[in-house]
Amino acid sequence: MLKLNGQIYDAIRRHGEETYPHECCGVLLGRSAGEANKVEDAIRAGNTRTDSAHNRYNIAPQELVKIQRVGRERGLDIVGFYHSHPDHPAQWSQTDFAEAHWLGCSYVITAVEKGVAQQTNSFLLTGTTEEDKAFMTEQITVERFDSAELSIELAVERCR
Amino acid sequence: MNIHIPTPLRTFSDKKDTVIVNATTVGEALDALTEKHPDLRKHLYSEEGKLRSFVNVYLNDEDIRYLPERESTRVSEKDALSIIPSIAGGR
Repeated sequence: MLKLNGQIYDAIRRHGEETYPHECCGVLLGRSAGEANKVEDAIRAGNTRTDSAHNRYNIAPQELVKIQRVGRERGLDIVGFYHSHPDHPAQWSQTDFAEAHWLGCSYVITAVEKGVAQQTNSFLLTGTTEEDKAFMTEQITVERFDSAELSIELAVERCR
Repeated sequence: MNIHIPTPLRTFSDKKDTVIVNATTVGEALDALTEKHPDLRKHLYSEEGKLRSFVNVYLNDEDIRYLPERESTRVSEKDALSIIPSIAGGR
């Protein structure tokens, strides 16, 4: 399960709208607690794939090092990443899977259609090695200030 | 010196986010890390013994692949190594 507050959830989706028709990307800082990745902050990152930004993203490792440092200073870990799929469903692609190496982390994808954020899904990268890794759809729980919880239930299915 | 371990690899470092090692070069530091935590080795290195292509190692803010002396680069106690798997993808 991925837990985050409404502000962070909205910010992730807004980022995808702002960079449309290019893919946005960013890092989720927070804590892993049992079965859940609890997000405390979403840090925007630059997409270095300027050669093909409409359908590819890459975060510079140096930027990741700095974000990891910021997280450490705040007592937070990298618990996930997000990116957008302009005019494409919010489903992981073979490219997403091949390039996913942060086992135990959440990969959030927002579909952005004609500049407007649509579906947002999260996929947990499960497994213990590169050889047995798999994406599993995970529930996103958005905590709103004015209500107890808005829970988006998603069927959990194991997919490779 | 400190070696910062990313979240996915802490399973293999006894849950530690930072491992302290004594070393005079980057290579020695990585060797000391995998001696302390042998299970990390297969996640960092290919069968040929090279760093996996998606594993980045930074000495402070420098990618060790681009340091003139690479693994032979000298380090001090104040330096820090960060292990950072790459993050990329697309539709």
